[in-house]
Amino acid sequence: MRLSRPLTSAAVAALLLAATACGSSGSGSSAGLNPPDLKPLAELGKGEGQVNLIAWAGYVEDGSDDPKVDWVTDFEKQTGCQVNSKVAASSDEMVKLMKTGEYDAVSASGDASLRLIASGDAAPVNTKLVPNYKDVFSGLKNGAWNSVKGQMYGIPHGRGANLLMYNTQKVSPAPTSWSAVFDDAGTYKGHVTAYDSPIYIADAALYLKATKPELKIKDPYALDQKQFDAAVALLKKQNADIGEYWSDYLKEISAFKSGDSVIGTSWQVIANLAAGEGAKVKAFVPKEGSTGWSDTWMVSAKAKHPNCAYKWLDWIVSPKVNAEVAEYFGEAPANSKSCDLTADKNFCTTYHAADEGYWKNIAFWNTPIEQCLDGRTDVKCVPYAKWVQAWTEIKG
Amino acid sequence: MTVLTRTAGALHRRPRLRLALLLTAPLLWLAVLYLGSLAVLFVSAFWTTDSFTSEVVKVWSADNFHELFTTPVFRQVVLRSVGVALAVTALCAVIAFPVAFYTARVARPSRRPLLVVAILTPLWASYLVKVYAWRLILSEGGLADWLLKPFGLSGPGFGLPATVLTLTYLWLPYMILPIHTALEQLPDNLLDASADLGARAGRTFRSVVLPMVLPSVAAGSVFTFSLSLGDYITVQIVGGKTQLIGNLVYANIELNLPMAAALATVPVVVIVLYLLAMRRTGALSSL
Repeated sequence: MRLSRPLTSAAVAALLLAATACGSSGSGSSAGLNPPDLKPLAELGKGEGQVNLIAWAGYVEDGSDDPKVDWVTDFEKQTGCQVNSKVAASSDEMVKLMKTGEYDAVSASGDASLRLIASGDAAPVNTKLVPNYKDVFSGLKNGAWNSVKGQMYGIPHGRGANLLMYNTQKVSPAPTSWSAVFDDAGTYKGHVTAYDSPIYIADAALYLKATKPELKIKDPYALDQKQFDAAVALLKKQNADIGEYWSDYLKEISAFKSGDSVIGTSWQVIANLAAGEGAKVKAFVPKEGSTGWSDTWMVSAKAKHPNCAYKWLDWIVSPKVNAEVAEYFGEAPANSKSCDLTADKNFCTTYHAADEGYWKNIAFWNTPIEQCLDGRTDVKCVPYAKWVQAWTEIKG
Repeated sequence: MTVLTRTAGALHRRPRLRLALLLTAPLLWLAVLYLGSLAVLFVSAFWTTDSFTSEVVKVWSADNFHELFTTPVFRQVVLRSVGVALAVTALCAVIAFPVAFYTARVARPSRRPLLVVAILTPLWASYLVKVYAWRLILSEGGLADWLLKPFGLSGPGFGLPATVLTLTYLWLPYMILPIHTALEQLPDNLLDASADLGARAGRTFRSVVLPMVLPSVAAGSVFTFSLSLGDYITVQIVGGKTQLIGNLVYANIELNLPMAAALATVPVVVIVLYLLAMRRTGALSSL
């Protein structure tokens, strides 16, 4: 069940943040955010015998899905912490489950993590108690989606970019820009594809950021009404040329194999699988940069088994396990030492794991809230609930 | 043993108690679980969500329905969904009639049960398998394209026509079966009488067969119509960028549950109206 995690809904909203961030101001991605004053765990004690996790499908594998895919059994043997995991289907579900207080840790995406921090459901993490943290790529540390004012709220798990994929036989000349799916989408009318989620509006904003400087877009997740309307208008125009939207990666692969889709957004893992099945495709980051996602393991503020939770955090980013989970799921690992341990020796090169220059151009998913994330205080930004409505209207 | 005998005796003497005990469980299921959940759905459509936390706030308001009627995209999607359901129903009726006529009256009687089984076999396969098969058929260079190529045509591709086509295939057996039953029960002597009175095949069909079979067509249409109206997976797989009412419900369920509930009442209302219309044809008594 690789990738059965519905990244569609991984992009689902976060409004709670708006509530807590309301009335605060500041600059920088989360500088205005004043999370509840929680103390991280000071020192690691004895394991509590079990740990309750919330995770995306494919992140906590104990061999029951595929006997060869198992990094939980060894953890249980080594630490004595019995793992109980609950697979969540969306970021919203993760937040809801975390609020119950019954879980110790969660693998949160960028659109859930800030919400959990703001509501006080996630505790700051004492990275000194996670020895493997030192090997995590620096580009993943202190991100806008996993830290507040220099305090980490979790341990990075992995990351991926949303790429522009095209059929090398049918699309020529080779595209270099996202304009291929926006302003010039008409060339391949009916064969253009796009990711089916409101968060895709950020992709349009990212393109406008580069092509329409007069809109002054700084952060594709912080759009005031005028910028937002421009992005929505662009997507409505694009809709005429779209063949189909995708949220299921199998559908995307089959569409590229058959030629129903010849150009559109994709992930590295989809490009690899499609190429492996004989499709003539290429995927890359266009010159405007791209959007992407990054997941973080966070500890609950109400964790009943904090010691086991910390042991899990350290385990999942340990070089070997992080390599296994990254390869199984199809994303760039967080641990720099994982690259030597992947089964496919080229894995890290393919996924640009160590290429920080590559990730500089990636705007990781974040939660659009009323308080502009780019630090503007003179305007209100469009919150995610409005993104959801707009997405329905774009599709018509 | 004595307790058992005494209870049995008591039950035997009180038929009403017996009936009550027998029916309590199924009635409870119907009233509480089935109608109850529909009631909760309807009630929650009048609630609102907190715009900050997206938690459901139990404050009464008709805003969701107001939005439902005033937002152009909702109106458009509702109309499209009803249109798809009607088109699927019409196509099913047109295709099912000749098929049922063959299986019920033309084919050799010994072969008829076999033919009915053949009609039912697609229902044994998984819904998803069938829809994905249609995705392959309709995809670029797929079977549809290949078949139409000699005529200089190409398949419909993914989109609204593909959705209607796939749904028609999926629900066809539900239309064939009631028509088959009705045609099978059609007394031969009525057809003979019609012929004796000088009516040709066309006239017999119009004046004798059709009026007698129409209630069954209507009964089948209840299935095809309601199943099509509620479907949201087929359209995701073969519908291209099309969205139907079910997709809107799905899109709202996490963030705005009351809005999703309001949207979900639309098909319920449409189907109730459809059932009322069909009742006039006598379809419900021939279900």
